[in-house]
Order: sequence, then structure tokens, then C-alpha cells
Amino acid sequence: MSGQSEFLPGQRQARRLDLHSGTVQMNHGAGGRAMTDLIDLLFRKAFDNPLLNQANDQARFHVPAQDMVMTTDSFVISPLFFPGGDIGSLAVHGTVNDLAMGGAEALYLTAGFILEEGLPLADLARIVDSMAAAAREAGVQIVSGDTKVVERGKGDGVFINTAGIGRVIAGVNVSGDRARPGDKVLISGTIGDHGVAVMSLRQGLSFSTQLRSDSASLNGLVAVMAARAGPSLKVLRDPTRGGVAATLNEVAQQSGVGIQLQETALPVRPEVRGACELLGLDPLNVANEGKLLVICEADVADELLATMQQQPLGRDAAIIGEVIEDPLLLLRMTTHIGGDRVVDWLHGEQLPRIC
Amino acid sequence: MKYVDEFRDGERARGLARALCAEADPARRYRLMEFCGGHTHAVFRYGVPDLLPGNIELIHGPGCPVCVLPIGRLDMARRLVEKHPEVILASYGDMLRVPGSGRRTLLQAKADGADVRMVYSVSDALELARTNPQRQVVFFGIGFETTTPPTALGIVEAQKNKLQNFSVFCNHVLTPAAMGAILGAPAGDSDTVAIDGIIGPSHVSVIIGSDAYRFCPDRHHKPVVIAGFEPLDVLQSLLMLVRQLNDGRAEVENQYIRAVTAEGNRRAQELVARVFTLRERFEWRGLGEIPRSALALADAYRDFDAEHRFAMQYVAAEGTKGCECPAVLRGSKKPEDCALFATACTPQSPLGSCMVSDEGACAAYFTYGRFRQDALAPPGQRRGVHGEVRKA
Repeated sequence: MSGQSEFLPGQRQARRLDLHSGTVQMNHGAGGRAMTDLIDLLFRKAFDNPLLNQANDQARFHVPAQDMVMTTDSFVISPLFFPGGDIGSLAVHGTVNDLAMGGAEALYLTAGFILEEGLPLADLARIVDSMAAAAREAGVQIVSGDTKVVERGKGDGVFINTAGIGRVIAGVNVSGDRARPGDKVLISGTIGDHGVAVMSLRQGLSFSTQLRSDSASLNGLVAVMAARAGPSLKVLRDPTRGGVAATLNEVAQQSGVGIQLQETALPVRPEVRGACELLGLDPLNVANEGKLLVICEADVADELLATMQQQPLGRDAAIIGEVIEDPLLLLRMTTHIGGDRVVDWLHGEQLPRIC
Repeated sequence: MKYVDEFRDGERARGLARALCAEADPARRYRLMEFCGGHTHAVFRYGVPDLLPGNIELIHGPGCPVCVLPIGRLDMARRLVEKHPEVILASYGDMLRVPGSGRRTLLQAKADGADVRMVYSVSDALELARTNPQRQVVFFGIGFETTTPPTALGIVEAQKNKLQNFSVFCNHVLTPAAMGAILGAPAGDSDTVAIDGIIGPSHVSVIIGSDAYRFCPDRHHKPVVIAGFEPLDVLQSLLMLVRQLNDGRAEVENQYIRAVTAEGNRRAQELVARVFTLRERFEWRGLGEIPRSALALADAYRDFDAEHRFAMQYVAAEGTKGCECPAVLRGSKKPEDCALFATACTPQSPLGSCMVSDEGACAAYFTYGRFRQDALAPPGQRRGVHGEVRKA
């Protein structure tokens, strides 16, 4: 996509890109005609928008006088395709969500591809189409990109980096250091779905579930929440790697507070619980890709919950705990039987590459 | 979730807690050892101590296979992979992180080029042997009676399939021997702990059966209640122990009747008896040398004994200075009594074995319960999430 592509169908007959049985070859990243064909016939066709079609090494756009947010994220998930998504949709959702968790409306993304020689072009096309669909659904444009090819054995099919820029929604001021004792903690839905869905496909963890990844863009849900409770929202986070436990531990550290969860209030699908029991995992440590945690002032919590529950991505939302004073800055949980325990970061090895 | 929720029900838990409070005699102490690390883990994960009256004290036992393996045995495994580049050492994950002599772990040996692979079971190790016929695959066998039968099956299968490049470094140990050593320790010794009763292991008892503990009441006059791993199992077992002690009884009772029988799993016992033989003595971390407390491969399977194949030699070794794992494993100290706990020694950088394994008492305290002791610490000595001392 970057680089002058000279895609003028009248002047030059673009070579066919064999999307059925072709594979990625080193010359697809070499800057020559093969790369141009790949960009024109695959990426630009799928991501089609005026800024991308400027066909420059950068996209130029006007920025209103307003707070902006910017983020970047790399995706190395294995396997590339999993129930409920693939590396392409994940790469859009992940970055859109990082922008949304800043209380922002996502505007533009860039996409960098590192392709491994030998990757079937059909797989790449499926990934790119999935990215395009996810971007359309989230209302963002992919405006610039880059492609590199590495020799076979030096990558894992495809790695994707997406960077994004967004505009902060007026009246919203969220940050990990704003949680205060008395604030309520809400989750937008069931926890652990993504991690368990991906793990269920892993070699050596061969059990099959009906479970799908929850991978989704949360900017629409955030917009509705901001419209209802804007100034009362204190912290927005998506509990991806490390799960709810890691995210809330980080917030506790940033804000200098403790957080008390209620185990009975945690929404967990029975099949996720079952898989976690088998694998010796705690759903609180398992990754999500389409859930958000929000910490808000107590007096708006019920109203915010009702608002979230009316949204498709917030149907299973729940109030799961509250912020407390705690000099130890711990995340704790009242268990099913009424005891108390710390909910810790994972110490051990995490299962490999789930995002 | 069926068959799980029933054993974590809050209402029933509160009912059992009320019964414990009503029946525990305020004039006496109940020092009850949960032998098995799985129980230690459950106790803290579900917050069981919060439901107990103050005079019921849980003492954490040595039932954590990773924890009780002495440094000398760990060093043997490390020397093996460092000396023999043809060896692939197949080990359960936790073993890789336990520091041996010079604080070296198998993970460090791996980083330095030794071939150490993490496996989930002996079958994974057999598969490694099949797919790497030019290499020698050594399975690092550890564990109590629960993991011994699978190791035995693996050895039988290797023999049947003439898998000449497979062997086992056997470190399997026996629960009753360790229990006997703890109960038989001389009373009044500051290094031993007085125990009024024992919560018996769940899975181990499925194999060996409840009769295997009869020596506890018969020889030591201590009651044993075999308990399941769910929080209601533990609470109910505590109530059964309190009742025995109040009545002046000492018996083996079985709370885990849904899985444990009096005689245990005979087929597994016969298999183990065929493949293994008793070692005359074996050193345990914390408990010292205990006679007839561990297994080695029987003569008929000697070809699959890594100690024999590679002439591995045991050399006793000292633990990390200041590490109280030995006393924690005996139950004579609590994790927070160790100066290294949550300061120099954390699950991220463990100095002692009890901080490595999920079943270790130090790891359970740190992961689930570190507010318990910290809440009592004077300001200025409280520890933060990473173990750092926080200002008041």
C-alpha cells in the first residue's frame, strides 16, 4: 500500500493474483510488480477508502482542535483462524478497543503485515477480507499500510501490526489512575471466552467446545455508555492478556486503591468454567477480546448497567465489585463460600500466543 | 456447573461454619494438618480460614511432590542434561523452576543449551522417545501415589515396545511413610509441630485406600479424615475431625466416599508393586532421610532406570541460606515466618521449592492470602503486591 502503485487499469494489465492456490513468495515483499499486484488486487480492494486511495506513503487528513488518542498493537496469534474470528478481525478489534478504552471515537488505522513465504494467498485474502469487514463494522478506515515478506521458517504465517488514531468523546475523562474508594466495577459480559476458544484448538489441549471467541469492537458500546454517563466514567479497560485479574491489579496499582470483587457476581459461561476446571486455570486470568471493564461513580452504576445491558455487546453486563481503600493495593475477592482471597496476576507460564 | 457447584455452595458452607463454631470447644486448640498441597491450595483459594473459629488452626503438610524433592536429586537431573547432550529431559513444568545448588534451575540449564522439555504426562515423554530415536529421553518422574501408576504404565509400555531410548529418573515417594515420620517426630522438640488430627489426601487415597492410614490412630492415636478437594469437603472434614477429638476418638474416617474406598485401586497397586521396589531410604526436603519412603525401578525393569543407565550419583546439597522451606514442610513454621517470604522469594523469582509449585504452602499464601499476615504487620512493614515493603 505504501509506495506509488500506479494502479491504472487502462494502462497496464495487472497480473492475476492466484488467490485460490497461490502462495506468498519473497517477491511479494520486494517492492516490485508482484508487491504492487498484491497491494492493488488484495489490500486496496478490500480496504478501499479515499485516504488509502491517495496511494501515498502516508495518509493526509484534517484533525479538529480536540484531544486525540493514538495506539499501536501487534498480533501474533496461533492458530490464525479460530472459532469466532481470525488474526485479521482481531487486529482491527484490538486496536479499535485500545482507542475506545481512552474514551475515544476510533477514526483511522494503519496496517503492517509481516508475511511468511509460502503462506497460501487464499488464507491471506480471507484474513484481509475479515479485517475489512471488521473495520466497516467498527466505522474506521484503514488508511495506510506496509507489507514485508520473510523467508519460510522465519515467521508464523502472518503477523499484523495495527496502529490507530481516535478523537476523545467530549466530556469523557478516563484513566487507570482515577479509581477511588466507593466506585463500582462493571464488566460488559462473560469472561474468558476468547482465551478458552483459542486454547481449545491448541495441540495438546484437544477438547472441543461450542465456544466462540468474543472478539469484537467495543467503540459502539463505549459511545452509548459515554452518552449516558460520560463524566462519571472513571476507568475503561479491555481485559485482554492476563484477563480481568491482571487488568484490575494494574488499575489498583495506578490508582493507589484496592478492589473487592464478588465471585458470585462474575458472569462466566458454563463451558468456560468447565474448560478452566480441567486445565487448572482461573477464568479471571483468561484473555478476552470483546469485553470491557468500567469503573464509575457509584450513583450512576445501576443506570449504566441497564444501558449496557440494552446493547448487544453488553447483554450479560454485571456489577462485579467495588473500589476500596487498601494500603496493600490488592485485588481481592469474596468467594462463593464467603471467604476472602487475593486475586493475583499469573505467575506461571501463560499458554502461548493467544492474541 | 453440575458436580462442582454443589461443593461450593455458600449457604451450605455457612451452615458447616456455624456447626464448627458451635461444636469447637473454646477451651481447647485444634491443630489440624492438611497433608496434601491440593488442600492447602483449596483452603486459600476459597478463603476457608475466614469461616473457621480462631482455635482451629490449619497446619500445612508436606504433600507437594515438587516441594519435598531434595536439592541433591534436582542436581542429579541437572548434571545429567549438562553432561549428556544426547539426553532430552522430559519434566513436569514446576520442576524446571526450582532452584538447585548455586540457585541454578533446569530452566537456566535449558537456556544454556541443555535439552529440557516440559511435558504434561509420561505419555508425552514416550512420544518424544518415539519421535527422537537417535536421542535418549529421560522422564523426570516425581509425585506421590497418584502419579506413580501412570509412570509404571509408561515403563511397561516402553518395555513392550522395546523403546530402548526411554528411561525414568524415579523420584516417586510414599504418603504414609511421610505421615508416619511427622507423627513419630519426638514431642516437645522445637523443630516439630504438635498435631491433633490429619486431613487425608483426596487423590492419593483413591489409589491407596483409607485403610492405608490406620497406623495413624493405631500407633499414634491421631484421627484422620480423608477429604475431597472442594471447599465444602474441607469444611465437612474439619467438622468430622473436631467431633472425633471432642469425643476422644481416633479413627480413620472417609468424607470423600464418592471416590475413596477402604482398599483403594487394587489394579493400580498391583501395577506399582510389579514395576517398582522400595528404596531402603530416601531423603526428603524438610523431613530428612525416611526409611522405606520412596520407590525405585524393580530389577525386571532396570533397563529403563535412568539412574542405572547413566550411573547417576546422589550428592546431598544445602538449600538456599535463610530459606525456611524445610520447617514449612514439617509444619513447624508458617510461610510468613520466613524472612525471605514475599521479599526475596516470590513466585516470580522463587528461592525455595514451596514458592514454586501451586501446591506449595508459600505459593498458596502469597497468591491467595498475603493480606492475612500483612494486615497484622505494623505500618512501614507492610508489603505490596510485588512483595516490596510499602511506606505507611
